[in-house]
Amino acid sequence: MSDVALAWRQYRLERKMFWRNPSAAFFNFVLPLLFLALFGAIFAGDQDNLDVLVPGIAGMSVVSTTFVALPYTLVFLREEGVLKRLRGTPLPAGAYLGALAAHAVTNAAIQLGIVIVAGRAFFGTGWPDDWLQLAAFAIAGVACFALLGAALAHAIPNFESTAAYVNAAFLPLIAISGVFYDADDAPAFLRDIAEALPLVHVIDGLSGAMVTGERAWSGLVVVGLWTAAGAVLAVRGFRWEAKK
Amino acid sequence: MHAPAILVRDLHKVYTSVEAVRGIDFEVARGEVFGLLGPNGAGKTTTVEILEGYRERTSGIVSVLGHDPGRRPRALRERVGIVLQGGGMYRHVTVREVLEHWAGLYPSPRDVDEVVELAGLRGKERERTRRLSGGQLRRLDFALALVGDPELIFLDEPTTGFDPAARRAAWQTVRSLADLGKTVLLTTHYLDEAQALCDRVAIMKDGRILTIGAPAELGVGALYRVTWREADGSVASRETADPTGLLHQLTSSALARGEPLRDLSVTRPSLEDVYLDLTSDPASGASDPASSASDPTSGPSDPAPERSRRV
Repeated sequence: MSDVALAWRQYRLERKMFWRNPSAAFFNFVLPLLFLALFGAIFAGDQDNLDVLVPGIAGMSVVSTTFVALPYTLVFLREEGVLKRLRGTPLPAGAYLGALAAHAVTNAAIQLGIVIVAGRAFFGTGWPDDWLQLAAFAIAGVACFALLGAALAHAIPNFESTAAYVNAAFLPLIAISGVFYDADDAPAFLRDIAEALPLVHVIDGLSGAMVTGERAWSGLVVVGLWTAAGAVLAVRGFRWEAKK
Repeated sequence: MHAPAILVRDLHKVYTSVEAVRGIDFEVARGEVFGLLGPNGAGKTTTVEILEGYRERTSGIVSVLGHDPGRRPRALRERVGIVLQGGGMYRHVTVREVLEHWAGLYPSPRDVDEVVELAGLRGKERERTRRLSGGQLRRLDFALALVGDPELIFLDEPTTGFDPAARRAAWQTVRSLADLGKTVLLTTHYLDEAQALCDRVAIMKDGRILTIGAPAELGVGALYRVTWREADGSVASRETADPTGLLHQLTSSALARGEPLRDLSVTRPSLEDVYLDLTSDPASGASDPASSASDPTSGPSDPAPERSRRV
């Protein structure tokens, strides 16, 4: 069987397992939408804030379906010995990792779709004006945070500590990157930190595509640098087995 | 004449601080059930994981079904089934789903129903894997290793932690693999398991192979042990190559003295005796077989040496 066909089989298995696992479905899916509903209610009638919130939640969705989800998956499978078992089968490593990536991309795409529809239906942000920019930043963001998520998984020593590692990175990241408020309103030192990280640029790009119409292509440089760093760390540190 | 399924020549594996495997040689013929037997830390799992392609060897020649497992060629992975020590499983799939998925990874898999039957999982096909008991999960391990219809199956301590009934069931599965003509390499630290399943056994300790042979033959060439109880109640034993002569001498002198020879027995050393002799730590006091062996014509001497051993 071809590598693509094997990857497709693996992808379908990942999709099936995802929906059967309530905690994975919650953290990957429900949480950003819950935040959208809550903050949407708080900012109701305040279009300026809603215009920040909707692309912000879209950016958060990209991060939670990749950077948050992948460490949970990879660390669990590694520590349980599932990765080691898979490695003993004819399934090529590339087909397996490709299937995991496609699974994350699917989740990100579904979630972005929900956020966009909700923005149009409830939060007055309308349909995106620039679908090309939207797609470009969504893809760049998914690639970047998926690789960083895989790299983070290598640093996590055991499954019990996954939540601590992931949240230590994820919660400050969304707090300073303008998910819930305009990052430009933050103090300068926080803004500088955020500018050096990729999420604020992904959100700027999504925001430009969905709301403001601003061209934010230069932000892709920072995202690209983090993607490259993530790729190196994800590949070099990859472990199929738990450390003894 | 086929080439051997597995060939190992002067294999070494050095971890940062220890040499886990120190130059071992063995071959496994096609269709053979071969056991690596030894205490924990003997180097069994390291050896098997090199053959499975999980570990790089430090030096030596290794061939598995004509391939170098260190390169992990897909053509080899398609022909090999692996039961790992404590390999985990996805939690949110059913037994049938995961077996069908695994079957799809191999070019010519076995029928899933057949594998379910062979592994003793009938009736559990629709169960989610996370609801399976430990023994059932181990059966699933077997099933996953078999579903690709491999020629060669690695079983790393397949029954550790099993209750006696589950062990017997697992043994039955291994025997049916042998009946199917599969080659099996298993590691174990259970002597009865090696004796019950293996055509040949290599006893390992401290990264070396101490002896190789059929379980029944490992005792051959060793001496017979004759044991009896002296008139004063103490137990005496002798090892001899010629039990007939020794028995004749013992019984006639006992008759001459008019004393019974109680608890007289003649035993061949079991695999267990050979194993314990070979693997016991010299510092623990096990004696060298040669020193307690005596010539049958020399007559009983008191006190008869009782060999200390850890059992």
